[in-house]
Amino acid sequence: MSSAPKNASQTSSAGQTGHDPLAGRLLDVDALIDDPATAIIVCCGSGGVGKTTTAAALGLRAAERGRKVVVLTIDPARRLAQSMGLTELDNTPRVVKGVTGTGELQAMMLDMKRTFDEVVLAHADPERARQIMENPFYQSLSSGFAGTQEYMAMEKLGQLQAEGNWDLIVVDTPPSRSALDFLDAPNRLGSFLDGKLIRILMAPAKVGGRSAMKFLNVGMTMVTGVVGKVLGANVLQDVSTFVTAMDSMFGGFRERADRTYALLQAPGTAFLVVAAPERDALREAAYFVDRLESDRMPLAGLVLNRVHSTGAPQLTAERALAAAETLESTDLEEQPTDSVEAEVLAAGLLRLHAERMQRIARERRMRDRFVSVYPDVPVVEVAALAGDVHDLKGLREIGEGLNRRP
Amino acid sequence: MPDWEGARLHVVSGKGGTGKTTVAAALAMALAAEGRRTLLIEVEERQGIAELFGISALPYEERKVASVAPGALGALGKRGGNREGEVFALAIDIEQALLEYLEMFYKLGRAGKALRKVGFIDFATTIAPGLRDVLLTGKACEAVRRKGADGRRVYDAVVMDAPPTGRVSRFLNINTEVADLARFGPIFTQSQAVMRVIQSPETVVHLVTLLEEMPVQETVDGVAELRAAGLPVGAVFVNMVRPPVLDEAAVLAAEGDHAEELALALADAGVGARPNRNGTRKTIPAATRKLVEPLLAQGREHAARVLLEREQRADVQALKLPTYELPLLSGGVDLGGLYRLAAALKEQGAA
Repeated sequence: MSSAPKNASQTSSAGQTGHDPLAGRLLDVDALIDDPATAIIVCCGSGGVGKTTTAAALGLRAAERGRKVVVLTIDPARRLAQSMGLTELDNTPRVVKGVTGTGELQAMMLDMKRTFDEVVLAHADPERARQIMENPFYQSLSSGFAGTQEYMAMEKLGQLQAEGNWDLIVVDTPPSRSALDFLDAPNRLGSFLDGKLIRILMAPAKVGGRSAMKFLNVGMTMVTGVVGKVLGANVLQDVSTFVTAMDSMFGGFRERADRTYALLQAPGTAFLVVAAPERDALREAAYFVDRLESDRMPLAGLVLNRVHSTGAPQLTAERALAAAETLESTDLEEQPTDSVEAEVLAAGLLRLHAERMQRIARERRMRDRFVSVYPDVPVVEVAALAGDVHDLKGLREIGEGLNRRP
Repeated sequence: MPDWEGARLHVVSGKGGTGKTTVAAALAMALAAEGRRTLLIEVEERQGIAELFGISALPYEERKVASVAPGALGALGKRGGNREGEVFALAIDIEQALLEYLEMFYKLGRAGKALRKVGFIDFATTIAPGLRDVLLTGKACEAVRRKGADGRRVYDAVVMDAPPTGRVSRFLNINTEVADLARFGPIFTQSQAVMRVIQSPETVVHLVTLLEEMPVQETVDGVAELRAAGLPVGAVFVNMVRPPVLDEAAVLAAEGDHAEELALALADAGVGARPNRNGTRKTIPAATRKLVEPLLAQGREHAARVLLEREQRADVQALKLPTYELPLLSGGVDLGGLYRLAAALKEQGAA
């Protein structure tokens, strides 16, 4: 993985001066996916920026460049799933057909509940596993509250890595800020497990007199009472049964969470933040970059999707608009029909061009703002496509776009 | 009469990136016209509302973020006379909401602090993430039902910037699930009360989309899912609509032999070099030629998009739901833009 030089900070209103603030810190995606040391790529970003598509395109490109790849997607759009031949959510990697070259591409969709069940089965004896899975609290928890998805995505990543069948794993993350909540998992699980709550929950009846609780003084009895009253005695019973049954597994849980965290921090992992050149998407990207940095996660760079360009940059928006107005104000009746049609068309094209130039300028401003705040984050821009991706060909084009040099 | 006269809780969902927060804010403003008071609720702890209204981060309290002067959104209606409408906003903080929720049932005092100390808050919001949704929907319903000293509702309408389409059914139905788990007790009673609001005619769930394939597909799926979950589907808000500058017929006409005339028209309009006076009018300078191809390419792209948008619009219309269109505001949405969007919504009868 290449890290960008630090000295390219002359970001004086680029676009006007012609100086490209990205010079010297382009994200080299091919170098990243070709590097045999790169074992895991995690794509994160807000919804609607093409994160899943980017993950799939990266996976395909890496495979076609000779690597053995698995792509783990979370809730992909139907068409994208179909483009990789995924028709059912079965929690198992499937070989994607139609991939050229010596590598191999497999893809899968995450099934939260099944992944959770697998964890339970791996950590508990069959009888206890059955108890847990029959518990209503568990059933509710495992089938898709906000949050479970994030944890299970990381759990699955850990499983895929442990299987060792692939030399590159590309992971998509859920489309929300909480996508990085899994980074908190080891700590939160830790404070929960080392904490007192679990003991209260495990033994609601006998809490008061236990010596372990003494240092918590008066508040404790009240807490027990409140937890019991608020949740209702039967809920507390369910939770208690659940926690007791899970108790033997929790150590394992924590260990796994720690291991996944370490895996994410390891040099073989690369995080890609995906965004579009829009205010909201870039604000979310900034949040992700900050978050990854504060956890010292290896950030490879920013993928900026849907960037617009033009073949006629020499014609400014102002001149295009002025010319369109000139054409529209010409007295059309004095001219032959052919040339009238041409003039209407020319005016329309000039207006479109003006719109395009304004859009490019706006996108560039957004990008430059990000770049000046995060001068060390390499960036790659991917051109806007006319429509959605429907097949491998479309994914391949995006993969090429990820490596097109300006 | 506006389309959603009886609705008091407007839940705004949609695929990520479609502008849910913007639409929710514009709707809250439109509903505040004519001397009404609305509350805009943010549930994802992103401070998107503060960003949109150009104010500093919102604390966990209801705060006025905008006023809507009489007639600010177009012609004055009959309802409110000359009173000014008010938009309040609330960014929900989960931890505080949880303590408040517990406080609803019991005076916690020191026990509240102790709960935090033993990790109950972390446990509750992380390990049992469903509780987040209980708190968020509970808070919204509380605001809907709240009455002032005069016995009238404090807010004429509550607009919630909700989780994305894929999660919204589950999010809104969380209380059914909780009621099933709890079966009786205070939590059960509370969940039932929340579900009564959500499943009543006072609640509508709106979906925001763009005229693009994935968001429209997700909207179609979302509507089906909401209906299957027994949730009241409201309207589809088509956001960021761009006016067609050229239709495909015009662009197709430009293909082939028209390029020459186009080049001339451009040159006549002062773009590129002027044609050589000594030659025939067919001598097009190189500088002008260099413009024609890229401009035509952009025209073709535009025409393809217009065509695609037409298909997407047909798919949206096939849902047979009330549909409102919001124009794309180039340069992004600020407070001024919100008024424009709110006016557009009002004009189309959404409020």
